Amino acid sequence: MNMPRFWREKQGRYNLVGNRCTNCGTYYFPKRDICPKCHRKSIGKMEEVRFKGTGKVVSWTIVHDAHPDYKDMRPYIMAIIELEEGPRLTGQIVDCSLDEIHTGMRVRDTFRKLSEDGKDGVIFYGYKFRPVKE
Amino acid sequence: MKAGIVSYGAYVPKYRIRPEEIGRVWGEDGATRGKGLGIMSKSIPSPDEDVITIAVEAARSALLRAGIDPQDIGAIYTGSESHPYAVKPTSSVVAEAILAAPDMTAADYEFACKAGTAALQNVLGLVNTGWIKYGMAIGADTSQGAPGDPLEYSASAGGAAFIAGTERIIAKINGMYSYTTDTPDFWRREGQAYPSHGGRFTGEPAYFKHVLTAARRMMELEGTEAKDYDYVVLHQPNGKFPRRAAAKLGFTDEQLAPGLLTPRIGNTYSGAVPLGLSAVLDIAKPGDRILVTSFGSGAGSDAFDISVTDEMERFNRSAGPLVEDMINVPEEYYVDYATYVKFRGKIRRKGD
Repeated sequence: MNMPRFWREKQGRYNLVGNRCTNCGTYYFPKRDICPKCHRKSIGKMEEVRFKGTGKVVSWTIVHDAHPDYKDMRPYIMAIIELEEGPRLTGQIVDCSLDEIHTGMRVRDTFRKLSEDGKDGVIFYGYKFRPVKE
Repeated sequence: MKAGIVSYGAYVPKYRIRPEEIGRVWGEDGATRGKGLGIMSKSIPSPDEDVITIAVEAARSALLRAGIDPQDIGAIYTGSESHPYAVKPTSSVVAEAILAAPDMTAADYEFACKAGTAALQNVLGLVNTGWIKYGMAIGADTSQGAPGDPLEYSASAGGAAFIAGTERIIAKINGMYSYTTDTPDFWRREGQAYPSHGGRFTGEPAYFKHVLTAARRMMELEGTEAKDYDYVVLHQPNGKFPRRAAAKLGFTDEQLAPGLLTPRIGNTYSGAVPLGLSAVLDIAKPGDRILVTSFGSGAGSDAFDISVTDEMERFNRSAGPLVEDMINVPEEYYVDYATYVKFRGKIRRKGD
């Protein structure tokens, strides 16, 4: 991962900071400069929002052919999560058995290591998701 | 003291290993070793967990329970002996990850297993002088034991965070006392992956001398005896030492048990006393009095005399996970030794 880019985007990855168009009320993650629905009407009307971090799994898959950074955790679960406020995003589901994962599962964000730039490089942190008791 | 604890949060990773499994690999009777140490299982961080992630989870839980604005936190200190970076603070990542940065101070502490309580003393001090409104102290570790070393049976992972403030205090600090000497019982030289220890030397001249002296002196200063406390939380490198120390101080098993977690999750080092105190605060009622004494090799002990206030009735404990709920995990989270060494990065790989 590119360090300056990660650093610029860290509030999104650390704290699920996105934004909301105050013209139409739609929430976005990651942040957008303008609302794709309202176009120029949204200029200057995009408001920063920290998402609550709770949501549900809308689709998931079990990854066996892992990205090198995730090899130690394979097989692992990747899912599309719909946050309570509306936006959908992709994230790993941790502390969840492969039998347990299901569509509609309630999850919340958790702070984990995403990758590292080698043994002597920077460590990148950010959101993943874990099941919440229903 | 004006300053007290206004909130706390804890975190224990979900994976576990049993001493039987460690002994199986090293040709030892793991069950007997575990019994001798008073440890039935220990926690293991997942490959994507480290002191920073543990500290952030504990800090977020403390913030949610307190319901305070993170921008009001003026200092974050994290004590650990397994900070992910040798140079680059854990505390600055925590600060960003709880939206407390940038108008604040932060630093990392090291004093073997007592760095977390040293951090707590410091935030209490800063709050007490009025220099900051709230301060956060964290003790967390993902402690290391060399393959085949007796430490492998105990070295585990976890942590807890405390927020100090002057309003809506749930745990009042009646007094603090520290006892420090130069005692080489346990150490890790710069650049070494695993710590070294003085074997039996870690007992009498180190753990017992410091813990017993600090706890006794704390009680002398407060004019109290063991029976005046509802709970006692002592550093717990294994399940055996704190039991013996508590008995010598005149405490009963009932006073010690709620804050004694090592038998089920191992020694979480800088996280041990903070987690033990969190487990006690999870069940404590207004009026309860707690004696806390940490121990850090090298060596020193920090003692705290704490009273739970009426504010505890209004405190939103359920906004964060209880320690007991994090300790109990399903059987599928108990892993074998091979998985353990993979998770802990003990396998030498290409390019290492």
